[in-house]
Amino acid sequence: MKASVQKVLDRYKKDPTRLMDILIDTQSEVGYVPDDAVVQIAGSLGISRVDVEQTLSFYHFFNRKPAGEFQVYLNNSVVAGLYGRRRIAEAFEEAAGCKFGQVSDDGLIGLYDTSCIGMNDQEPAALINNVVFTRLTPFRVREIIRDIKAGKKVEDLVVEGVGDGENAGKLVRSMVQNNIRKIGPVLDPNHEPGEALKKIAGMTPEQVIQEIKLSNIRGRGGAGFPTGLKWEFCRKAHGTQKYILCNADEGEPGTFKDRVILTQLPRLLFEGMALAGYAVGATEGILYVRYEYKYLQRHLENVLAETRKKKLLGKKILGKEGFDFDIRIQFGAGAYVCGEESALIESAEGKRGEPRARPPFPVESGYLGCPTVVNNVETLCSAVKIILNGGDWYKSFGTKDSTGTKVLSVSGDCKHPGIYEVEWGFSVNDILDMVGADEPQAVQVGGPSGTLIGPDEFDRILCYSDLSTGGSLIIIGKQRDLLRDVVMNFTDFFVEESCGSCVPCRCLTVLIRQKLKKILDGHGVKQDIEDMAAWGPLMKFNRCGLGQTAANPVLSSMKNFRNLYEDKIQKDRSFDCGFNLQAAVAESCWAVHRKPITEENDHE
Amino acid sequence: MNKIVHFTVDGTECKAEKGQYILAAARANGIWIPSLCNMKGIRPHGSCRICNVRVNGRPMTACTTPVAEGMTIESNTEELNDLRKSILELLFVEGNHFCPACERSGNCELQALVYRFQVQVPRFAFQFPVRTLDASNPKLIKDHNRCILCKRCIRGIKDQQGRSLFAFKRRGHKVEINLDPELAGSLTDELAQKAMDTCPVGSLIRKEKGFDVPIGKRTYDKNPIGSEVEQPTVNE
Repeated sequence: MKASVQKVLDRYKKDPTRLMDILIDTQSEVGYVPDDAVVQIAGSLGISRVDVEQTLSFYHFFNRKPAGEFQVYLNNSVVAGLYGRRRIAEAFEEAAGCKFGQVSDDGLIGLYDTSCIGMNDQEPAALINNVVFTRLTPFRVREIIRDIKAGKKVEDLVVEGVGDGENAGKLVRSMVQNNIRKIGPVLDPNHEPGEALKKIAGMTPEQVIQEIKLSNIRGRGGAGFPTGLKWEFCRKAHGTQKYILCNADEGEPGTFKDRVILTQLPRLLFEGMALAGYAVGATEGILYVRYEYKYLQRHLENVLAETRKKKLLGKKILGKEGFDFDIRIQFGAGAYVCGEESALIESAEGKRGEPRARPPFPVESGYLGCPTVVNNVETLCSAVKIILNGGDWYKSFGTKDSTGTKVLSVSGDCKHPGIYEVEWGFSVNDILDMVGADEPQAVQVGGPSGTLIGPDEFDRILCYSDLSTGGSLIIIGKQRDLLRDVVMNFTDFFVEESCGSCVPCRCLTVLIRQKLKKILDGHGVKQDIEDMAAWGPLMKFNRCGLGQTAANPVLSSMKNFRNLYEDKIQKDRSFDCGFNLQAAVAESCWAVHRKPITEENDHE
Repeated sequence: MNKIVHFTVDGTECKAEKGQYILAAARANGIWIPSLCNMKGIRPHGSCRICNVRVNGRPMTACTTPVAEGMTIESNTEELNDLRKSILELLFVEGNHFCPACERSGNCELQALVYRFQVQVPRFAFQFPVRTLDASNPKLIKDHNRCILCKRCIRGIKDQQGRSLFAFKRRGHKVEINLDPELAGSLTDELAQKAMDTCPVGSLIRKEKGFDVPIGKRTYDKNPIGSEVEQPTVNE
């Protein structure tokens, strides 16, 4: 083991800022990261063991002990739940002979829960040793486990064939389906790589930024910061080395558009990064991809190599003196919060994905302290089309304050889940008609951190001034228990994904979950609803977007579906501690042959 | 000489050198903004959120935000004081804080803030978590029951090569302070004392020495926290 860890350390030149890669590669060599490896890595990088441990223990795909030869990560997103996840989980446990969070006695199979893996359009889905399995049924689960026990290799467990488009390519060979339902200018497959770079060769960086500013495009990750302005700030920032980071860490449950773009249009994305590099004066780019999309790694590396060969990346791009730009791919290791731009930078530097205090903003001091632009995948792809066709052309799409198009990830109770590129300005009703949602009870717009709306708000418009979204739309049908199936799941999600740095986020996520559980268990009283409503606003004082929105599932459902809460609370009492004394002492009572004291037999 | 900038805190006109953080700048003007995870001499982090103020209406942490010309800062407002009180209550229910048995009592910043904000019964349910106490180190006891995860030890205590002795482990509500087993083995008395002094609560306690300041002479026995800033100064 020592030699293989040494090889990994040498591969990254013993650079502590590459700790993520070192740990990922170590784990893929050894299967987990043992104590000896931590000591070796710390010694070699000149950092303390606890520094290695703090990164290692932050990301949920890292293992500190043997985690099973086959590691099953079963998605526990809301939509997986709607599509029968519970039965799938039971089938796994029964077939594997161990519970979730455990490894089978023979060390063969480990079962784990994981937050949304970006497959909401084909749930229930799981990752087994980085291979994606979609649309699982209990029958398929039994087959998979049987085949594992029979000694098959993980890729031979897939019997469904391959998906469409590049999913069938020889470097992907995945059963994932793209489910592209509506194509617009960004998803247009007829893209000739290099056209936009040829065009900017005759433009100054300032002219490029001007064109992007003219288009009025805003960041497509959800926060909606004007892209042209971000590029201009970075261009003007002092520093000889600047960076372009592309955020492909789409972790917002219900979002999977970047998965499709990375699969079908990586050339467009790399061109967008090079273009941004030219505009701000950066020579290096990092594509930060969530670990869940590791199955796309060889495909992406291959396209990168091909793009370099075509002189669309590397030194003197298209022969232009001084136009140097290259890209490396950085994988995450399982942490939603890394989708926040400063947390993403921390993670790319090999650290815990904890958001930074701002100011300073990344455009002044980002990756390794250098001016850095962090853009969403879709933003960079859109930028290529803006340069090719002009800012005015782009403005012809969408509304006045929200120009262009948005790639939506639609999932849940509808006939045609998948991705749809629509112009801003579509109403929720339009979308529901388009995707075949017949009896929607509610729509979660923008993922758990967004808003839960009911039918009386389905005429609202998708745009930055009304319903702003990073693109996740989850449709919840009439037959669902909104609080139990949706709100509780989202609340669990935020408890799991909080980085733990800010006090209100770390503590209140847990306390709000307790209250919600109390209400769902029938112990709730009016005060519990009032408490949650009073505590929610404290969340806006957290540092990052995750923390500020972590109470949204409860706050938003309390606002729009108040009756669901009121139906569940006890009307006849004003206090209930939520603690069941009889249940708590039942076992000891049984042991000493005594009857628990209840209100009925209290006076006997 | 650095450029002087002008700003107001709750209407009081102040000035400070450009680049100073709001917290320090306000204190230099005799205005106390409560803080907990911040400590002079250690890089600010802004994680306890107690020093949240509104800068031109927007919530910002005073320990990490530099003052700028013309800033209007609100600090002593009902909303922000309730936030601070809530955070103190959250820290109390999240851990196991039993002041009468704690060596740090009287010198504890958390306890002092709780007195100053008149926290009586927390609005949140006590969690009574099961946490460990690690006394394996010959110099230092690490009591996770009292830890408020402010990261002061992480940021402030390094060895001679700049390596961290302390670091976080895990994430979210499962986060915990981890002490490096190798570096802690060679912990000097000096560094152990520095670690204890860096901790705002009684989570890091030196061994073989204790309770050496008598009641009555402890930092917050006679004057509440913040009073050291608020005493009238003779700067002008």
